[in-house]
Amino acid sequence: MKPIYIQDVTLRDGMHAIRHQYGKEKLKEIAIALDRAKVDAIEIAHGDGLAGSSFNYGFGAHTDWDWLKGIKEELTHAKLTTLILPGIATIHDLKKARDLGVESVRVATHCTEADISAQHIHAAKEMGMDVGGFLMMAHMNEPKKLAEQAKLMESYGADCVYVTDSAGALLMDGVIDRIKAFKDVLKEETEIGIHCHHNLSLGVANTIVAMQHGANRLDASLAGMGAGAGNAPLEVLIACLNKMNVSQNSDLYQLMDIADDIIRPLQARPVRVDRETLSLGYAGVYSSFLLHSERAAQKYGLDTREILVELGKRKMVGGQEDMIIDVALDISKQK
Amino acid sequence: MIQYNKMNKTKVAIIGPGNIGTDLMIKIMRLSENLEMSVMVGIDPNSDGLARAKKWGFATTDKGVRGLIAMPEWKDIKIVFDATSAKAHHYNWEHIKEFKDKRIIDLTPAAIGPYLVPPVNFDDNINLRNVNMVTCGGQATIPIVAAISKIAKVHYGEIVASIASKSAGPGTRANIDEFTETTASAIEKVGGASKGKAIIILNPAEPPMVMRDTVFTLSENGDKEAIRKSIHDMVAKVQKYVPGYSLHQEVQFEDIPEDEPVFIEGVGYKSGLKTMVLLKVKGAGHYLPEYAGNLDIMTSAAMATGDKLALLEFADS
Repeated sequence: MKPIYIQDVTLRDGMHAIRHQYGKEKLKEIAIALDRAKVDAIEIAHGDGLAGSSFNYGFGAHTDWDWLKGIKEELTHAKLTTLILPGIATIHDLKKARDLGVESVRVATHCTEADISAQHIHAAKEMGMDVGGFLMMAHMNEPKKLAEQAKLMESYGADCVYVTDSAGALLMDGVIDRIKAFKDVLKEETEIGIHCHHNLSLGVANTIVAMQHGANRLDASLAGMGAGAGNAPLEVLIACLNKMNVSQNSDLYQLMDIADDIIRPLQARPVRVDRETLSLGYAGVYSSFLLHSERAAQKYGLDTREILVELGKRKMVGGQEDMIIDVALDISKQK
Repeated sequence: MIQYNKMNKTKVAIIGPGNIGTDLMIKIMRLSENLEMSVMVGIDPNSDGLARAKKWGFATTDKGVRGLIAMPEWKDIKIVFDATSAKAHHYNWEHIKEFKDKRIIDLTPAAIGPYLVPPVNFDDNINLRNVNMVTCGGQATIPIVAAISKIAKVHYGEIVASIASKSAGPGTRANIDEFTETTASAIEKVGGASKGKAIIILNPAEPPMVMRDTVFTLSENGDKEAIRKSIHDMVAKVQKYVPGYSLHQEVQFEDIPEDEPVFIEGVGYKSGLKTMVLLKVKGAGHYLPEYAGNLDIMTSAAMATGDKLALLEFADS
């Protein structure tokens, strides 16, 4: 089995939970703490990836460049990584990140649109970066077809391809089937990754079954800090791996302390499974829609769950946050 | 019924018989007042677009721009539409520019010539021989940014274009950065925003979703009613050449107060008026079905530009 590689997403996916408002110093403090706890990779970017700062996704407290600046120099163990979505960020943005010390990148597309990542994966490989292909909303594509998309990303040069359950909608069998399908078609040397959301309380369980079927790059975040009900909580995942005697690098007690002392106090809107976040997983909706939908519900006097369920019905994909207002206005008109 | 005298129409060639070129051919055949389809130019003898052109009785060549120049029809052609790729456009323009009586309307992201969005800046570009049609998302949204700019200074313009996966051809998919960069630049140069940003999303839903475009601007605090009216007027102008273009929801406003400004990269902290405009672009269903509004708005804008240029040609002669 390939060595377990833990990638923390507190400072990227976690952005969604606080509307992309980490202060520069706070972010640096967290990155250093994660590095000292020997997490293998730390992802930093706006929640929607580089250049995600916008009206549509929310403006960040800082630019990606200001967040990334000066982090690489502080790291002793962890790789500095980032994420881009073709259609939002460009190769130009990726170069800027590379110049700030980013050595690994995930190129994210919807689970049926891998071919829009070719340009970016090629470019990242040419820059000498480690590259992951990130197939979002993986529940919306059946295992075999998802694996064909993974194969495309591998053919463009991806070192690893992820099953990305952005809606936290997959059950354990759904994860296993997808990882197995990846194993069937990908080259031996290509790594497999798993990225979960905790909307159905399966973040850790899904990560573990993925690992048991061949995934070795595992995503998690401190206290689950991420979109919707959050990601697989990092400290919980590490505790489980330790109990399973799986060899990995991170220190459990340090992670517990950072999660409770630094991260949880930042969660102004609790990151947990509740009526709204459970609805995301249940209706198969992009977890990042949560706060936007809550704001729209408040502005137009509606129920958040009603908006989320309608977004699911309309098969909206990641990035279509503008359609939340559209749905809210449609529902208001009907009332 | 009006009888058009075919002899008075301006003859055109289309280079690139893909989705865009074929749709444009159909539009010119069926709808154009001043243009007459003459030659379809490709490089693949087996392309569907060339076969259709032949079937409908138009001259064709599979030898690219050089094949076109060698044809007897070439001397009468006044307007060439280029629906190839950015790289191919550079090559095509190199060959065509020495023929001073011809103009080229560029539907690729090459943008050798200035960006042209018909209801916004046609008159600024009438003397130029190479104009660029930006992108589908640009044609759908830049008129709105310009309509807001007319009333209040726009500090920042952002657009989100969502298109059906089925309507995005291989060229678009392989060069998605060209879309975001070209559109953002045209939001500034034609839309009048100090800073532009563009986002494109591909949605694979079945049945395919009709193209949606959303415009956000942050402007100085202008008269909301005047902005709303300016947007409605502009939508009516675009509808004249893209009948499926519509305002899907009433214009949404939000005040961004001075003590809670937004932080925009390249602009800094700004307060003012946020305007959100939700658009829908239903295609005419010529070559691809109605969902492909992205194809329709591009070819419609190009044809509208060609039709207007042809009128100028008549005025000259």
